[in-house]
Amino acid sequence: MECTFIIARFDPDRNPQRYHQRFTVSAEPTDKILDCLIRIRAETDPSLAFRASCVHGICGSDAMLINGRVELACQKLVRDFKTANNFVIEPLPLFAVLKDLIVDLEPFFEKFRQVRPYLITEGEAPELERLQDPQKQKVIDPALRCILCASCTASCPISRVNEDYLGPAALLRAFRYIFDSRDEAADSRLVQLDSEDGVWGCKTMWWCTDVCPKGIPVTKCLGQIKRALKDNRARK
Amino acid sequence: MEHRYDVVIVGSGLAGLRAAIELGHSTRVAVLSKVFATRSHSGAAQGGIGAALGNEEEDSWEWHMFDTVKGSDYLGDQDAIEIMAKDAPRTLIELEHMGVPFNRTAEGKIAQRAFGGHTRSFGQAPVKRACYAADRTGRVILDTLWEKALQMGIRFFNEFQLIDLIVDEGRCCGVVAYELATGSIHVLHAKAVLLATGGAGKIYKTTSNALASTGDGMAIAYRKGAPLEDMEFVQFHPTGLYKLGILISEAARGEGAVLRNRNGERFMERYAPTIKDLAPRDMISRCILEEVRAGRGIDGKDYVHLDLTHLGEDVIGKKLVEIIGFARTYAGVDASREPIPVQPTCHYMMGGIAADADGHVIMDDKGTIFPGLYAAGECACVSVHGANRLGCNSLLDILVFGRRSGKEIRRFVQSAALPAATPGLQQKYAALIQGMLAKEGDISYGQIQAEMREVMMDKVSVFRTEKGLQEAIATVKALKEKYRRIHIRDKGRLFNRELLDVLETGYMLDLAEAITLGALFRRESRGAHSREDYPRRDDGRFLLHSMVRLDQDGVPQLFTKPVTISRFQPKERKY
Repeated sequence: MECTFIIARFDPDRNPQRYHQRFTVSAEPTDKILDCLIRIRAETDPSLAFRASCVHGICGSDAMLINGRVELACQKLVRDFKTANNFVIEPLPLFAVLKDLIVDLEPFFEKFRQVRPYLITEGEAPELERLQDPQKQKVIDPALRCILCASCTASCPISRVNEDYLGPAALLRAFRYIFDSRDEAADSRLVQLDSEDGVWGCKTMWWCTDVCPKGIPVTKCLGQIKRALKDNRARK
Repeated sequence: MEHRYDVVIVGSGLAGLRAAIELGHSTRVAVLSKVFATRSHSGAAQGGIGAALGNEEEDSWEWHMFDTVKGSDYLGDQDAIEIMAKDAPRTLIELEHMGVPFNRTAEGKIAQRAFGGHTRSFGQAPVKRACYAADRTGRVILDTLWEKALQMGIRFFNEFQLIDLIVDEGRCCGVVAYELATGSIHVLHAKAVLLATGGAGKIYKTTSNALASTGDGMAIAYRKGAPLEDMEFVQFHPTGLYKLGILISEAARGEGAVLRNRNGERFMERYAPTIKDLAPRDMISRCILEEVRAGRGIDGKDYVHLDLTHLGEDVIGKKLVEIIGFARTYAGVDASREPIPVQPTCHYMMGGIAADADGHVIMDDKGTIFPGLYAAGECACVSVHGANRLGCNSLLDILVFGRRSGKEIRRFVQSAALPAATPGLQQKYAALIQGMLAKEGDISYGQIQAEMREVMMDKVSVFRTEKGLQEAIATVKALKEKYRRIHIRDKGRLFNRELLDVLETGYMLDLAEAITLGALFRRESRGAHSREDYPRRDDGRFLLHSMVRLDQDGVPQLFTKPVTISRFQPKERKY
């Protein structure tokens, strides 16, 4: 069947203006949106730029706006949309567009680096593995599904109004280490997040949870950070 | 732009990252990758990483070594396999210390599960050897190593395409790369270069591999005179999602899932009475196709069912979350209630750049090294997987040999001087790219890729014959001729993906030819290489590594290298 794709185009090297271009492509109901983009590039316009790699929702390359909502193009099929085979494809919001559907994620990863996204421990490591109670590990389990696709941060209204706000993805990674029973820097991590640019920037708007292509309850995880901060204060 | 480093690592998957972490404190190291580091294909590994930790039941590195040798159909080099099996427990402890969130046993140790071909007591029964983090093991290890590299301040060149190796008087002294975002050429001078560029599954029509898995490093090393080893051994994973090839992890069978034909029969009981659905991948892929040929595919079609319905919510919800999602998203199947349609999918290259256990690229059957050039991970052939790789030995291979390469490179660069920078390279390669963009032609990369993928899938996949292979080699040669007429329509500078597609097509054609030549040479059936016209293994003639190298005129020449056999003499391979 025939599908219509209206795609946001931008190549600052050739034209400072952004515009939208209409393509028609034949597709099966079970084709991914990404398959359609690949077909448009192969058959019609090889200059159409987008990122993609694993094509099954694990590498996190191809988050974009599909019909106004942030999705992974490889994880949505044509049949998933009730839009009479019409699609509007645009780059992720929030970030600067480099070309067509490709955005500059450097600011996203910079926030990520700020939360010290690695295990911090003191003293010598034991000879064998550190023991970890499987029940304690369960706490961070949802956050381990994160693929750094930036869908949550791109959809977060607070990230749009406060450019210093760490944003849900970086906070989720902070959560992953704060509540990892092996990590020994939880207190200093919590202090770092105790501000409006940190976890209090979150106003529980649920967009991050709503758009997460891996089904991570991001807002709830951030809520656990807030609760830990409140508990710490109560103790003092 | 010109840059100077001690070491340039090409590829940011686990082999490249592990080597970078080894080198980061003591040398100036840069990691260059065609995709952003966390998009690397190591992240798609699902089921686990093998190590005889014995956390769940008794295990030993010797059993692991034996299983790997037997799984390789006795073609793996046993000295290298011994190194890997012995180093596996240390590797796992190291990963845990870095922060990898492995699943845990009730007492808090790293949890382990059964996996294909891994047994106790030299083949007696399956053993729990695969350490795992649900069914996203590769992804969490990739994240952890990348984060470690960030902590160490390692310099990444993300979205840089490798264009060439700089080789001066036989020594590798850097790389030339193309920056996707700007279209500019970067020359990175270095004392040593490590290729960790991964596999080449995109040569085949149906594959579990990422779009980026186009064998760039293998092809570029080959063009620079390095031999490729055992290229005919291409692994088809038995359980790719029907029509799509997306991987449904062997972990499903490790947790108790079974394969069924159209009669609902658990057919692997007939083929591998001892370990059944946990037989190695080469064997199960053949069995699925045998069932299909006998008319026992589902609805008489070319797929079978993978049945998880009896596993229960607990196993599915805790250990197989991702694959349940894949089945739901792409096949519309609720795997807790109905079986998943599966068929073999191109998954892994056992062959690759001939390398030793310290990562040196080697040039001949005597182990002469290519100075300054190293290879590790799927792009290399050490060879630990021989004719067939066991599940969960790949993550192990790339971490063990990534680390060892890093150590060896550190030793080398501490004594080596930085080679004199060859002048004029930037202009030379910028002109080359300009020439490609300006060239007139009448064929698109898409046409060539489609024909290559079709013929390789049809004639050079699970079952092979002389006639089919001859047809394939003729087609690939004709496609190489057509490639000269390839046309790039996009003349843009920023993110010119078509230019990359064209380069990748050239790399894949070279590798398709090497794979097919190896398959023609090997008139026997061994591991993943199954010749219907030579159905038996022939140790008398072919207990050898096949090597293919380009001569001075660029024509591929075959030669052989002996297999190292230390502990286990070849025996019939039964499961």
